[in-house]
Amino acid sequence: MSENRTGIIYGIDGPVVSIKGTTPFRMGEMVYVGNERLIGEVISLSSEQTTIQVYEETTGLRPGAVVEGSGDAISVLLGPGIIHNIYDGIQRPLDQIAEQSGHFITRGLRADSLDRSRKWDITITVHPGDLVSGGTVIAETPETKSIMHRSMVPPDVPGAKVTWIAENGPHTVTDPIVKIHRDDGIDQTLTLCQRWPIRIPRPSDSHYPATEPMITGQRILDSLFPLAKGGTAAIPGGFGTGKTMLQHQIAKWSNADIIIYIGCGERGNEMTQVLEEFSELEDPRTGNSLMDRTVLIANTSNMPVAAREASIYTGVTLAEYYRDMGYDVAIMADSTSRWAEALRELSGRLEEMPAEEGYPAYLASRLSSFYERAGAMRNLNGTNGSVSIIGAVSPQGGDFSEPVTMNTKRYVRCFWGLDKSLAYARHFPAIQWMSSYSEYDHELSGWYAEHVNPLFTRRRAELISILHQESSLNEIVKLIGSDVLPDDQKLTLEIARVIRLGFLQQNAFHKDDTSIPLEKQFLMMDTIHYLYKKAKELVVMGHPMSVLKESDIFDRVIAIKYDVPNDKTELFEDYKKAIDGFYDEVIAKNA
Amino acid sequence: MLIEYLGLSNINGPLVVLEGVEGAAYNEVVEFTVEGGQKKLGQIVSAYKDKAVIQVFEGTDGLSLSNTRVHLTGRPMKIALSKEMLGRTFNGIGEPLDHLGPIYSDLKRDVNGLPLNPVERVYPRNYIRTGISAIDGLTTLIRGQKLPVFSGNGLPHDRLAAQIVQQASLGDAESDEKFGIVFAAMGVKYDVADFFRRTFQESGASDHVVMFMNLANDPVIERLITPKIALTTAEYLAFDCGMHILVILTDMTSFCEALREVSSSKGEIPSRKGYPGYLYSELATIYERAGIVKDGSGSVTQIPILTMPNDDITHPIPDLTGYITEGQIVLDRDLFGQSVYPPISVLPSLSRLMKDGIGEGYTREDHQDVANQLFSCYARVGEARNLASVIGEDELSTIDKQYLIFGRQFEKQFIGQRPDENRTIEQTLDLGWKLLGLLPKGELDRVNTKILDKYYRPSVYDAKTDTVNEADPV
Repeated sequence: MSENRTGIIYGIDGPVVSIKGTTPFRMGEMVYVGNERLIGEVISLSSEQTTIQVYEETTGLRPGAVVEGSGDAISVLLGPGIIHNIYDGIQRPLDQIAEQSGHFITRGLRADSLDRSRKWDITITVHPGDLVSGGTVIAETPETKSIMHRSMVPPDVPGAKVTWIAENGPHTVTDPIVKIHRDDGIDQTLTLCQRWPIRIPRPSDSHYPATEPMITGQRILDSLFPLAKGGTAAIPGGFGTGKTMLQHQIAKWSNADIIIYIGCGERGNEMTQVLEEFSELEDPRTGNSLMDRTVLIANTSNMPVAAREASIYTGVTLAEYYRDMGYDVAIMADSTSRWAEALRELSGRLEEMPAEEGYPAYLASRLSSFYERAGAMRNLNGTNGSVSIIGAVSPQGGDFSEPVTMNTKRYVRCFWGLDKSLAYARHFPAIQWMSSYSEYDHELSGWYAEHVNPLFTRRRAELISILHQESSLNEIVKLIGSDVLPDDQKLTLEIARVIRLGFLQQNAFHKDDTSIPLEKQFLMMDTIHYLYKKAKELVVMGHPMSVLKESDIFDRVIAIKYDVPNDKTELFEDYKKAIDGFYDEVIAKNA
Repeated sequence: MLIEYLGLSNINGPLVVLEGVEGAAYNEVVEFTVEGGQKKLGQIVSAYKDKAVIQVFEGTDGLSLSNTRVHLTGRPMKIALSKEMLGRTFNGIGEPLDHLGPIYSDLKRDVNGLPLNPVERVYPRNYIRTGISAIDGLTTLIRGQKLPVFSGNGLPHDRLAAQIVQQASLGDAESDEKFGIVFAAMGVKYDVADFFRRTFQESGASDHVVMFMNLANDPVIERLITPKIALTTAEYLAFDCGMHILVILTDMTSFCEALREVSSSKGEIPSRKGYPGYLYSELATIYERAGIVKDGSGSVTQIPILTMPNDDITHPIPDLTGYITEGQIVLDRDLFGQSVYPPISVLPSLSRLMKDGIGEGYTREDHQDVANQLFSCYARVGEARNLASVIGEDELSTIDKQYLIFGRQFEKQFIGQRPDENRTIEQTLDLGWKLLGLLPKGELDRVNTKILDKYYRPSVYDAKTDTVNEADPV
């Protein structure tokens, strides 16, 4: 490809560069722009003009400078060394950039996505003469303490025969590992790394239905609005409602094998916090550092806008690569609205006809093609893996009817809507239980019955029904006050209070309450159910609520989340006894 | 070699078009020499092969198509930096206003700045005591944070900012030498700028202040560069000189309007309310220039002030700001009307970095719990007030009435304080407990049981003296 594949810059407007006339470039091709060789991508081609978006700041770029094609689409380098790393939106490792340019990110920097000098202790898993095809695992190496990295034949290779293998032991990512003779007659040398274009989904064999929940340790998610492994969820909420906090909690406590955290157009300090905090925290499943299962992609709000647009695709491509190895991967995208705004910004620079609120008309199709890259898959090599996507949405003015939220809602099956008034009252997680939903609850009910308790779904339904009753009662209370309600309705309100404070609210900073095992979640629901049942009997017998509320039993049940350690579920028996005691006491007092 | 171009092909609002120019770089600075020798600065906003679109900072008044000479400087906007800038006053593009002569320094930096690498940041954890209960107790300011004040026209945001500056500098344990203020005014009235100048003088802090003044009658486009110059100065003082810098940017709304003006002159496609699609990115390049870097001793803390048009918090300017900054302090017209100073509306106010900078080892173990409880109880006060407005106060249940009393005292005593009152964090937290004492213990559901037992003391409201006193032990 050494022929003259170049063009001359005609105009520069922000991150968009144009070239007049026909150019030899292809759509989506990665190009080097100007003397500093800034990285760019071809985004539109016509016989009159070629348009390029530049992933770096364009200050100082001059018309007349040369643009050179790379011959490849914009792509990521896949291989061992991805986990534990922090990348920018186009997979440049930020710690290497810091070594080169200090505190600030300058322009035209080159950094290898994977450390080419590091030696990995590999075990080859194929033998000469073996028949392999796309996806076949050829070597294994422990990438971190938590993750075994399985290097695979690139998915676009048809059938092939192994002709040579390297010896087990230390190798760099570029050392030849396996040589194959492909069915189409080509001889190919495989290494530990491979490239894949970020905008094309990595192929897999087939989808399989989601049947297993992704357990997050967050009560309102696991019990009320569960997400399946391979599922999609959106967290919309105005600023200050706790989107990022919730994403952090899921990233810390969920039972996914690998977390890919994309900070897309968000705050720099937040990424630093994730980096500092995750390095210190323990992975609850393996006891290793949380960073041993985490990849961070940080394209903060002041980094170039085109790289922000790419960061989402970079993240999902990395996720698919680990899915192909048979892992359950969860992507936290914070926030997809910033990504949509990047689209809008670039679209405006291209002078495209805007649709709703200035967003381009292709917003919906871009969103759908992103979320559709999630799923539980049967991989080419026969393993099962999944990619779950949890996208934060930052609606303008907290108004859920804006285009990004509306279009996202069409393509996700879990909707965890955050509410401003809950956040103002510091009720966290501020998920509004009336407007949120999960379409997975039905598919997952079998799993809950089998692995937690057969009564789980029933308790859950009761809980939701009480909350709905509360909501409609509150309409009346707003008009006439709660004093005039009949006692059974007062009880409903009281139990709803117990549910809101004792169950839905969860304290991320409390050592026990930050993540709750499913078993305890069920027992908490069960205890609330028991309290409701007993108290209702008393009310039916004619004991007024004022008498019932003399007891501190309601507040004791609320405090269960703090008072019962996660590993002492036997204490729940005491609460049942205490409720019985309360029942007898009320009857004795009023006999 | 000095090449000058003679004549412009088009003047349109703040923008001019220069044709027949070769090798103009994007964001390059250009110098205009108008008839009569007056000089103006501009910056290239779109560069094409044979033409450049230039925005003129000092306004296009007086420019003519034929007699304007244009000189391309070949570099982006730079500013000379030195410690001598402390105590000086400059205009919106960094030229001295105080007749003390220009700043001479070998060190010149691009005002556009560069993104700070997240791996080189240090997560901010040290709190700044402002002596204002509503901020210290509920929306704690952290060194290295960007915490804007959302205000409205006529609200006392300037007084509040001045009080923060005075008390934060004086209340600091470290020597005053290392503390500095960079003040950037964008399109503010003369009186406001003068108020700040006097305040800095009176508090004896003016030796530690660098002021950049773009007043309401100064050229509009100049405002686009003022915050960038101010932050470049702040970064130099913080990261090169190791000082703790507090940056006050007022008023960000004027900055955004200037941006809109340029955008519409360029004929760009508008997004919300006519603001350009890149407003978020543009604001981010300003706000994100706050923080602490590794191996450095200084910090940049930002307090941008913006007036919400029509007090609307969902307007694009406060909305996008809130998504970038680490919280916000919202001022409220109702409280102001009840002569509560500072009129901070605590419920929508928030400090995102607060959680990691308070508690044991930083402020006091009960800080987070008290704050959560006060928020939650005050939210309940709102519900009780709504109910009272429908059925009347007399019909409320006893507990709702207690909430009403709590609400009034909270606004009067906790939020309200004198403009020169400097409270310690203990005073603030104890006051919080005293007010919570007005409510039965069972209502305090956000507090850890142990902490509740340690700090909760019932208190009573004395209607005669309008005070809250500790209840007599029974």
